[in-house]
Amino acid sequence: MTLKTHLLAGTAALLALAGAANAESHAMMEHPETGEKLAAEQSFTYRVLDEFPSIDPNLIEDVEGSAIGRNLFEGLMGQDSKGDVVPAVATGYEVSEDGLTYTFTLRPEAKWSNGEPVTANDFVYSWQRAANPATASEYQWYMGLMKIANVDEVISGDKEPSELGVKAVDDHTLEVTLSQPLPYFDQMVTHTTTFPVPKATIEEHGDAWTQPGNMVSNGAYVLDSRVPQEYITLKKNPEYWDADNVIIEEVTALIINDENQALTRYLAGEFDQTDVPAGQFPRLAEEYPAQAISVPNLCTYYYNLNVSDSGPEALADPKVREALYLAIDRNVIVDNVVAGGQKPAYTLTHWATAGFEVPQVEAANMTQQERNERAAELMAEAGYGKDGEALSLDLLYNTSEAHKQVATAIGQMWKQTLGVDIEMANMEWQTFLEERHNKNYEVARAGWCADYNEASSFLDIMDTNSSYNDSGFNNADYDGLLTEAKTAEDPLPLYTQAEEIITQEFPILPIYHYATVFMMDEHIKGYPLENAQDNWYAKDLYRVAGE
Amino acid sequence: MSLNPDPGTADRLLAAQAAAEVKGRSLWKDARQRFMRNRAATAGLVALVAICIFAFFGGFLAQYEPDYVDFSLIGSNASKGVPSLETGHYFGTDSSGRDLYARTVQGTRISLLVGIVGAGVAVIVGTLYGAIAGYRGGRTDGAMMRTVDILMSVPYMFVLILMLVIFGRSILMLFIGIGLISWLDMSRIARGQTLTIKGKEFVEAAHATGVRPMTIILRHIVPNLLGLVIVYATLLVPQMIITESFISFLGLGIQEPNTSLGALISNGASNMQYGVIWQLAFPLFFFVITLFAFFFVGDGLRDALDPKDR
Amino acid sequence: MLNYVLRRVAIAVPTILLLVVISFVLMYAAPGGPFNSERPLPAQVMANIEARYGLDQPYWKQMTTYIWNVVVHFDFGPSFQYRDRTVNDVIAQGFPVTLTYGFWSFIVALVVGVSLGVAAAIRHNTWLDYLAVGISIGAQVLPNFVMAPILVLVFTLWLGWLPGGGWQGGQIEYIILPVIALSTSYMASIARITRSSMLEVMNAGFIRTARAKGLPTSRIIWKHALKPTMLPVLSYLGPAFVGMITGSVIIDVFFSTGGIGQFFVNSAFNRDYSVIMGITILVGVLTVTFNLVVDLLYAWIDPKIRY
Repeated sequence: MTLKTHLLAGTAALLALAGAANAESHAMMEHPETGEKLAAEQSFTYRVLDEFPSIDPNLIEDVEGSAIGRNLFEGLMGQDSKGDVVPAVATGYEVSEDGLTYTFTLRPEAKWSNGEPVTANDFVYSWQRAANPATASEYQWYMGLMKIANVDEVISGDKEPSELGVKAVDDHTLEVTLSQPLPYFDQMVTHTTTFPVPKATIEEHGDAWTQPGNMVSNGAYVLDSRVPQEYITLKKNPEYWDADNVIIEEVTALIINDENQALTRYLAGEFDQTDVPAGQFPRLAEEYPAQAISVPNLCTYYYNLNVSDSGPEALADPKVREALYLAIDRNVIVDNVVAGGQKPAYTLTHWATAGFEVPQVEAANMTQQERNERAAELMAEAGYGKDGEALSLDLLYNTSEAHKQVATAIGQMWKQTLGVDIEMANMEWQTFLEERHNKNYEVARAGWCADYNEASSFLDIMDTNSSYNDSGFNNADYDGLLTEAKTAEDPLPLYTQAEEIITQEFPILPIYHYATVFMMDEHIKGYPLENAQDNWYAKDLYRVAGE
Repeated sequence: MSLNPDPGTADRLLAAQAAAEVKGRSLWKDARQRFMRNRAATAGLVALVAICIFAFFGGFLAQYEPDYVDFSLIGSNASKGVPSLETGHYFGTDSSGRDLYARTVQGTRISLLVGIVGAGVAVIVGTLYGAIAGYRGGRTDGAMMRTVDILMSVPYMFVLILMLVIFGRSILMLFIGIGLISWLDMSRIARGQTLTIKGKEFVEAAHATGVRPMTIILRHIVPNLLGLVIVYATLLVPQMIITESFISFLGLGIQEPNTSLGALISNGASNMQYGVIWQLAFPLFFFVITLFAFFFVGDGLRDALDPKDR
Repeated sequence: MLNYVLRRVAIAVPTILLLVVISFVLMYAAPGGPFNSERPLPAQVMANIEARYGLDQPYWKQMTTYIWNVVVHFDFGPSFQYRDRTVNDVIAQGFPVTLTYGFWSFIVALVVGVSLGVAAAIRHNTWLDYLAVGISIGAQVLPNFVMAPILVLVFTLWLGWLPGGGWQGGQIEYIILPVIALSTSYMASIARITRSSMLEVMNAGFIRTARAKGLPTSRIIWKHALKPTMLPVLSYLGPAFVGMITGSVIIDVFFSTGGIGQFFVNSAFNRDYSVIMGITILVGVLTVTFNLVVDLLYAWIDPKIRY
């Protein structure tokens, strides 16, 4: 051990102590399936951007908080390394003929960390609590999305939470009634909002039940300690039904706001995983090929064009919109600006979405030069551009280094190719949201992440009534296709048609499909790199011994 | 004036205030001579002039527009965007493939203006406000200083956001935003000094002879504050340049593709470990030189105007 | 004197109340809200959440309820953003952290700054003066958001001597880098104010008299010059100390110390109204208190001072 690593190990001493105590049990052991030699110290420490708004499963509202929720709690179903649904607390489920009733069978050996059994009533309590207006969870909307019978009435207060369509047939049988069939319902119960919560603990401690010392959980880990804006530490839960197969003993999330700072500390060996700042991936991949990782992430980066009445006159012309669409050199954006394994987007839905094939739109198969020529022609036809009327557009984005770089590049592409002047305007997040939502903009940056791994999660945002349709796009055919797809046997052709409408009308300009780009210690194995939602479970991870 | 027991102080500073009226030996000239004898101050002045020339005329030497993106350079800055006379990117390129020289010229210009406006508002408003509060004392002082306490504690960010939403972004709004905050500390310092100056005999004498309070403040108090005020104003310059980048973060100030030294330094600092150290070095260099220049000029002015320092 | 203090304390109450009212108006007038997000919540869900936190009440009622709870129960309300904790929790957790490194930064800045300033002034226009001025300027040219990453790069990545962040209950190795990053620019300002003020004092009549009497320089400085020199430094220290223990967001962001500065800025960006108000009141109380202390110290420095 060099002096450097020794001293740095000292800094993590607090966290490592417990790990050392447990070390013997795994020392010199081999992984049961792969036979790899395991490291003596089984801990996993990773960086997160910001403090979690909540770690109460019913209240969790952010991606990082969900990861904590998945480690502390376990729902009816889980996901494997590919994102496919696998049994968790439930060993399986049955669906009725009409697709409206789901019956889950719970495993009898599942226990809370205080030794009490996990029963169907715990789920009933949790779901009622999540939908109860008094809980005031932001994720009430998610319960609504699940189409559980009576959920809207419960949320609006017209019915009691006890009338929600979920009931415990017996301790180990949970019956859920839906108001309409939902082909991806099993996917939805892998989400933290649906995880069980301990009634007795919540009633005893109230809002403080999530504090260390109070919290009782049913996942592979229990809450050990938590200092807001600094760290949160989870320890292995000995009461977990599958504890024998859990290898990592301790999981720590360090909250580090600045991504560059986090990278420096990662390189100094302080922790095992951190995000890669925009544009740095190629260099890091070259220098640390075993550590720099890029995996698809179900989000799409795009620009809204304001096509509503408050938008500029020029954007009312589809030719102008198409020209703007074509003149973006997406390869420059993905290869040079964000440069982390993202893919160019000519259509809205992410390419890695389950059961989805990206429609082959014409523009995607042209070269950039052809696109630029076509764009210039369209612009000339519309009477703007280099020889026509001068056109100037405001480009609104929320303040961030990465968004700024993308906006700078695209603004210049439009200027150099089309002769359009772009005024860039950044705003702080909340002001930005309000201005965009009030359609007080011309062109605005946007991004959307799928709520569940299905194309409708993307396409729904352009529905006329969608609250995220900030372009003011209004197309009855499009709405009709989406409605039809909800009940269609094979929705894929309908989705393709919907995408084609977008690439005829251009209310939005898709730019790229996201990737999650991070650095991870090469000794950490078992990370679900093929799970496009990046839903990882610490119980699946393990640390192999170094040389 | 005959009652003034300390003519060395009051008269000469009064002269400095109203130089044009002074008869006989010109005290301005006197101060100027002393300033010029101070080598550090002279050097500072020369540097300041040089920076101004750079900021306002440096653009003529640039080979590129400050907003022109060279797409072949994005993403490969560390190898292709290095400073070089051959490519015409004297200072290299920034992370978006834009010419850093042209951007530094432009950023320096904005930041100089911001620093000068901020410090100027602080000197004028802060000094007068503090001097009046300190001299009047009692309830006036209480009310004025509690107002400052409140202004120091109000969440400033919301003031800026409201200005953005209501008036929109413009350079004028940036200056107002800077001005709003710059004078607060200065007023406390000026008031503190005024409290002790007020007890000096020459002020009491002026008061006893019926000189109007405003005249006393302008002729006797403010000149005695000047030395400290100037030094503190030079300390404010870097602070204001940094504050500008926060204001711009909210969207009120300088918008891309325009830039400022604060924004350039902040970008450079976040990229410094990625092999593009020039992105930090050049803007920081001009920031540092600006500060040095202001500091030495400020010190020189202080020494030259210090009535007792003969 | 006691009378004066009592009067100032009595005035402080309406001052803080006025601060609360102004901040309330600013906060609610600004666009956004604590539960606005990229994905707008369904209206019914938003209504439920607002009802839970009383945000559906008229503004004046929200404000009076808030003030009532603060005054009567010392309850600053729940955080809207951090659903697991109250504002009292947030302040109880973050403030001691900030206070710790803020206090040490203050001590370092004051001791080093005053020493440099005095040294520079008594050896005016000599190499010592230039050195001291050079150091103090050098300390100011690196804004703390540049200094912080450099410190981590050098002391964590290259040398491996100190951890790059975290707090761990305030162990010494976690305090060093934040204190360096926070104190330097204040130190530089203090040095320059001290120097300038000392130069003026050293030219004053009473010091000249003391010199003429042949008193040793060190005695002149300690006995006569230092006290009046400190007056403008003191004026600066009041706001500076408050600044150090509240405006330390850069430190919290770069060193993950979990102090109050980061909570303040995050709450402002998230429109976490109750946390913003709680910390604003804290800042207000500190500002009023320190400026009172400074005023009292004025009288100690110069007994002739009348307010």
